[in-house]
Amino acid sequence: MSATPQDDKNLPDFGAALSEPSAGQMLRRRVFGHTGLVIGGTILLIIALMALLAPLIAPHDPYAHNLANRLVPPIWHDWFYDDPRATWTHIFGTDHQGRDYLSRIIYGARISLLIGFSAAIISGVIGCTLGLVAGYYGGRVDMVVNFIITTRLAMPVILVALAVVALMGSSLTIVVLVLGFLLWDQFAVVMRTLAMQMREFDFVTSAQALGCSPRYIIMREILPNVLNALLVVMTIEMANAILLEAALSFLGLGVQPPLPSWGLMLSQAKDEIFFDPWMITIPGLALLMLVLAINLIGDGLRDVTSPEGRS
Amino acid sequence: MLRFLFRRLVMAAAVAVAVSLITFTLTNFASDPAIAMAGDTASAAEIQQIREREGFDRPLVVQYADWLSSAVVGDFGYSYRMRVPVSDLILSRIPVTMMLGGAALTFAIVLAIPMGVLAALRPNSWIDRTALGVAVLGQAMPTFWFALMMMVVFSVFLGWLPASGARSWQHFIMPAIALGYYATPAFMRLTRAGMLEVMRSDYIRTARAKGLRPHVVLFHHGLRNAIIPIVSLAAVQFGFMLGGSVVIETLFSMPGLGFLAWESISRADLPVIQAIVLVIAVFYVLLNLMADLANAYLDPRIRIG
Amino acid sequence: MLDVSNLTVDLPTPAGTLHAVRGIDFTVKQGETFCIVGESGSGKSLTSLALMGLLPKGAARRADRLAFKEQDLLSLREHRMADLRGNRMAMIFQEPMTSLNPVHTVGGQLEEALLRHQPVSRKEARERAVHLLDRVGVPAPASRLRQFPHELSGGLRQRVMIAMALMCGPDLLIADEPTTALDVSIQAQILRLLRDLQDEFHMGLILVTHDLSVVARVADRVAVMYAGNFVETGPVHEIFRRPRHPYTQGLMNCIPAPGKTPPGGRLGAIAGIVPSLVGTITGCAFRNRCPFAFDDCAHGRIDLAHIGEKHHSRCLLPERQAAANAGRPELWQAEEAHVEALHQPWEKRDARPGEPVLTLDAVSQTFKVRRAMFQAKIPLHAVNEVNLDIREGEVLGLVGESGCGKSTLAKILLGLIEPTSGQVLFDGEPMHSHGRKFIARHIQPVFQDPYSALNPRKTVGFIIGQPLMVHGLAGRAEVERRVKELIDLVGLPQRVFNSLPNQLSGGQRQRVAIARALIMRPKVIICDEPTSALDVSVQSQILNLLLDLQREFSLTYLLISHNLAVVQHMAHRVAVMYLGRLVEVTNRANLFQDPRHPYTQALLDSALTPDPDAGVPDPKLGSLPPNPLDPPPGCAFHPRCPKAMEHCRTQMPRTIDDKAGRVECHLHDQTAPISIANKRARISAA
Repeated sequence: MSATPQDDKNLPDFGAALSEPSAGQMLRRRVFGHTGLVIGGTILLIIALMALLAPLIAPHDPYAHNLANRLVPPIWHDWFYDDPRATWTHIFGTDHQGRDYLSRIIYGARISLLIGFSAAIISGVIGCTLGLVAGYYGGRVDMVVNFIITTRLAMPVILVALAVVALMGSSLTIVVLVLGFLLWDQFAVVMRTLAMQMREFDFVTSAQALGCSPRYIIMREILPNVLNALLVVMTIEMANAILLEAALSFLGLGVQPPLPSWGLMLSQAKDEIFFDPWMITIPGLALLMLVLAINLIGDGLRDVTSPEGRS
Repeated sequence: MLRFLFRRLVMAAAVAVAVSLITFTLTNFASDPAIAMAGDTASAAEIQQIREREGFDRPLVVQYADWLSSAVVGDFGYSYRMRVPVSDLILSRIPVTMMLGGAALTFAIVLAIPMGVLAALRPNSWIDRTALGVAVLGQAMPTFWFALMMMVVFSVFLGWLPASGARSWQHFIMPAIALGYYATPAFMRLTRAGMLEVMRSDYIRTARAKGLRPHVVLFHHGLRNAIIPIVSLAAVQFGFMLGGSVVIETLFSMPGLGFLAWESISRADLPVIQAIVLVIAVFYVLLNLMADLANAYLDPRIRIG
Repeated sequence: MLDVSNLTVDLPTPAGTLHAVRGIDFTVKQGETFCIVGESGSGKSLTSLALMGLLPKGAARRADRLAFKEQDLLSLREHRMADLRGNRMAMIFQEPMTSLNPVHTVGGQLEEALLRHQPVSRKEARERAVHLLDRVGVPAPASRLRQFPHELSGGLRQRVMIAMALMCGPDLLIADEPTTALDVSIQAQILRLLRDLQDEFHMGLILVTHDLSVVARVADRVAVMYAGNFVETGPVHEIFRRPRHPYTQGLMNCIPAPGKTPPGGRLGAIAGIVPSLVGTITGCAFRNRCPFAFDDCAHGRIDLAHIGEKHHSRCLLPERQAAANAGRPELWQAEEAHVEALHQPWEKRDARPGEPVLTLDAVSQTFKVRRAMFQAKIPLHAVNEVNLDIREGEVLGLVGESGCGKSTLAKILLGLIEPTSGQVLFDGEPMHSHGRKFIARHIQPVFQDPYSALNPRKTVGFIIGQPLMVHGLAGRAEVERRVKELIDLVGLPQRVFNSLPNQLSGGQRQRVAIARALIMRPKVIICDEPTSALDVSVQSQILNLLLDLQREFSLTYLLISHNLAVVQHMAHRVAVMYLGRLVEVTNRANLFQDPRHPYTQALLDSALTPDPDAGVPDPKLGSLPPNPLDPPPGCAFHPRCPKAMEHCRTQMPRTIDDKAGRVECHLHDQTAPISIANKRARISAA
């Protein structure tokens, strides 16, 4: 650049910035360079595939009981305890009704994912709407929403969910709806804070000065800037919903038998705790892996989208 | 100050009313109190009789107003099943839950804060990674499963700790750890993030520019600021633990509020359910109020204008 | 006293090691003021932190020699270094608002500095604190000890910071941009205080700043820093009289200096941007922006060359010049002549009476605010009965300290808030009855912070074209055509069309913001501190652009700024605001030559120009800044006014409107009933 000082129109401060790698490339590099994100993503992918392809990969019918073949121990009992009942036919053994444990675990992934995902979507819609509106408008609107959020937080989730499910009769749909309507608080709190911050940005003021409608400003100006936070909260709430469903089912008030929910499997295994502790280990570990994967993805998303890296 | 307190108390009362209204409506929509009261074996005539006797045929609003006016003075009616006043039932169960919640909160804080501080001081070191591991695991582990596993190990295999009841302090160890561990990640993350931010701040640089000793900079100037948001979190988490006690108390058969709640839910004992939800909600709001006051004490920017 | 030789600071970044400071040498003597001046990213702040041993984690400091009072700092262990810090060498920082710990009292923070280093009792420490607070001009010093930082204004906090640095009576004081975050009037006071204290304590003072005017006023010796290195060092007079390095010369041409730059004329500008500091730079770091660069500049290592008495420049030009032709006039002087030729006949337009396009008629804005979480809301009169005409085709400057209501006024004019009372007329019609879209068509904003003004998720093309789309004024193709036209007009390359804002520099972003404001061809642009967030060399480009556009499209500007030099350069008329009221409105010439309101006078007195002979001004202005929540009765300015009279305390001044402009002050009110005492006061004041 060899311009002279007087024709400064041609010599604004251009330079290095434009030749850097594109935002997309940078993001891709950071995503695949993030160990937690890669591990979490891989586990979730495997579990999701397991759920999708359950009929193809499950070795047995998860509902077929065989009382003659009850409580067969998993294959490693053959290795460590020389238990002759443990065979490759039932790698994870069978439950108290003689159903193949592995197949039930595989089918159980469907329930956890379905509930986690649907509940997160429902609560996301409720929470985001409340939070963004409150944060953007402030004042009275904010006060009202704040009151709603506090009220919701003051209600003990498990207790209310238990009560409603117990009194209304439990089904998959009811569990999803109850969790969806209970778990929106984080969305609302986070979105409200972010919208309040965004409102102070001059580009929002510019849009207001242009005469844009609040709806336009929230949807077009603010929402794109908070999407990554939204995704992070989404993972948190999905994990929460999965854990809560398991807890409800564990207490016998969630998904009803004979559906192979992991929580329900744990509940049934609890009775065998003294003799067959492996029965609680396997579904618990499945649950742990799934929630861990989702959390790792959430943490990873937070890291790669925040400018400072891990926070 | 008084003004603030008054506003917050009004807010707390409003939240309590809102929570009770929602619970009352939900429980009444979800089930028929007359059937619930009569039990499974009652005939249609008996149910109708109960309905008229207890006023369940009146409009819901009237019933709610009736319920609320007695609830305000601590009268939550009688339990359908146990035939004793709900308030007595609840009062007798509160101590166990409080002890459990307190122990769990202590466990979480004692584990989380030192780890969070150390992690913040040495980002990406082994201690930071360990803390992260503890946090990630704590978030992912289902509380009841963790409790079950502990039970298997410490009660079934080793026989060190009792698996049910609440008669001695040993009974509280496993439940408190299970309940507290789930709250640990939140404390740890907040401590770490808060310390990182504080230690990067200008006033820490000023403190170092004065040549102050490292521990003075760390505790007197650093942690003193980072602790403020943790107080609010503690209030919130304690509130959540009261709710979370349902699962743990049921699992360990501890005669607390949570266990009572589970019993009442499985027996459709509506007055008890309504009362417990309300009691926990009131606790939650009051805890938050106390946290605000504590913050005002800790942070002069809030205290004085 | 301080002897630094070949100091380097390296920072690890994901892109590689950033060599932020690249081998600088200097010495500071007892009682001397040494200024390091440079733009953002030049490495000046890291230099000061490196001296104190306060570099951020991971940063590496190296030097051939780093000695303080004959003591080698390089080999000193951290705890021994801490013994020196705050004791023999002290530091004050830029942000007084965040540099004090919010949860500890002022007294505690002052005392601990002394208690740490000297065996004194708490009582003695407290006495010392009170003494120093008094010395640095904090009113009621004893009662301040129990206060918390947030209870003090920015100016007072900076005074506390200074007192804290002085607790142990240091030999060396390092001040990193100590006045940048402060208002003009406070800035002068703080600088003066630093200067006085330096004499009193006989300290060495290292002052790090980006502001040439500050340097000119306080420095003994100056180092101009660019890309991690000193490019020119020398005594302050030498540097300002005969700047020799093209970068120094460029910087000086960038700032509007009254008396030197004709108002409305073209400011100098420095092309290009600073080279990346990752990796090594061969030859001259400035050569890509230097108008005089030649082949030799790209090679080898260029050292600071002796070019005058104690005057050094890292440039090959003098050498080459000497070799070529000793008698030739200096290159840059020829350049200046060229700049001169570009000046447009601007003064003449001053007198042109345009029709008012915007009229503010007794506009007031009151907010309800809560002072603290526990307190009730009280009214805040942000804008108080403002009457003002903004005339077609003029640049109206609006000046005032922070919190005076400037920005609220801007929001009212943009239609973002409707005034509590009074009305705004646009072309004679009440503006707020038209609705936002109408206002937006005719009045557009340019904001201060170019990083906050553009939505980071939208492309530049979208951002610039958005107004047309929102208003449905053009189809897709037409919008694109207009956007491309404007990208050209504001001097951006077409390739930015698909860029995201974070791929642009601050100056480029501000150009995008200007393009966006212009696309609907508005009549009025409200520029709220349009260049405050930019470096001087970029500021001059943006000011030039704004003036070009103003002339080309006969735009009307309301230019809000705290920088009086910028206002003097740009504006036809100026309005001065104090606590929500306009205290003086007049044309530029009158205001700057013959200010009538004591507040205007004080502001002008406080404003710094890059004149090394002028010294640090001593503005006669009370140090207590106004509290808009609790405005004084009578004339709101009377507590700080050096000419305040008895009835100023009780009576609101009338607005005097005459040929010389408008002023709100009892001093100029001929009709006011004046007691004999007041008359005497006025005479003595005159």
